[in-house]
Amino acid sequence: MSMINYASREINCKIVYYGPGLGGKTTNLEHVYGKVKPETRGKLISLATETERTLFFDFLPVDLGTIRGFKTRFHLYTVPGQVYYNASRKLILKNVDGIVFVGDSQAERMEANLESMQNLYDNMAEYGYDLTQMPFVIQYNKRDLPNAAPIEDLQAALNPGWEVEDATKHRVQPDPYHAGQNLVEQVAGGEWVERAPYFEAIAVNGDGVFDTLKAVSKLVLKALA
Amino acid sequence: MTAGTTNWSFTQDDFTAITESLKRFLGETKSLCALLVDRSGQLVTTVGDSPGLDTTAFATLTAADYSANDQLAKLVGENDFSSLFHQGEKESIYVADIARRLLLVIIFDSRTTVGLVRLRMKDEVEELTLLIDRVFSRGRNGAAPAEHLLKGADDEIDKLFNW
Repeated sequence: MSMINYASREINCKIVYYGPGLGGKTTNLEHVYGKVKPETRGKLISLATETERTLFFDFLPVDLGTIRGFKTRFHLYTVPGQVYYNASRKLILKNVDGIVFVGDSQAERMEANLESMQNLYDNMAEYGYDLTQMPFVIQYNKRDLPNAAPIEDLQAALNPGWEVEDATKHRVQPDPYHAGQNLVEQVAGGEWVERAPYFEAIAVNGDGVFDTLKAVSKLVLKALA
Repeated sequence: MTAGTTNWSFTQDDFTAITESLKRFLGETKSLCALLVDRSGQLVTTVGDSPGLDTTAFATLTAADYSANDQLAKLVGENDFSSLFHQGEKESIYVADIARRLLLVIIFDSRTTVGLVRLRMKDEVEELTLLIDRVFSRGRNGAAPAEHLLKGADDEIDKLFNW
């Protein structure tokens, strides 16, 4: 739920990083925290266990610039990835404006990725939010690891596309981030599908972190335009 | 693309009315500071004295605290806990729900008592509920200026991310 504050001239939006445990959600926020100018960000708050596993959430407010005289302030949250923290995970999704799913590229984490993606759809549905109608991007993290699954496999499993029912949207929409690929297209069976934009990342080095953040923030602002 | 949740906006007039009401409350109860926070953790406004307080972080943690307590209430069979009180050695905080959309947080010290804050809080919550309902009913009627602020701003949004 974005909030436009005319008195302080701010547009506030909430972005949640979702995904399986140890996938790199907190690492994404830490990189953003380390790279943006101190005057454009607040404190990074982590409600974590002694072993640095996220217990409730991490939180980082960042200003991404001014538009029409209004500061665009994004509140970035991560959720705890571990399966048994679902109650807290669901709380964080309340009033979300945009979602980043941080998938773990390692082949043996495929099951955990799928479970987390399903959990995201379920939790969103419980609030009555439709993920396919919201700003939503996927990040495949840990691309540098030798056991990383090929992107095609990850896409097929986690981002196969949802059916586009609205006939007015039945036109090819190229993926601005990957030449030769489409976000909306007609597949072999004849139906039109839409996929979420995706990014490859190595969050520990910062690779792909800002590309992901920029893409989701842009979608959030465009949803208001 | 539409966002999945409803958007809302405050005008300058809303702010003036809310600020005046909170100032009066602080004066009457001798509390230090009042923060109005939306349930998703965004700070709406601060009134009073809060030197050194990181209000953004404070707002986020308050909303999370309240949401967690909301769930605790449900686990024991209550609809909600309509207010929270955290007692400190020098300063304490009192949190109350406003129209299920916002939270009013009062920070106070030994110059007043929790009894006085709690007593006056009931009227303040009623007053703010009326003001907030006005903001939201305007949003529902489609007259909220939020809808128009970014209309046609696609190019500007693209430019914003040229870094």
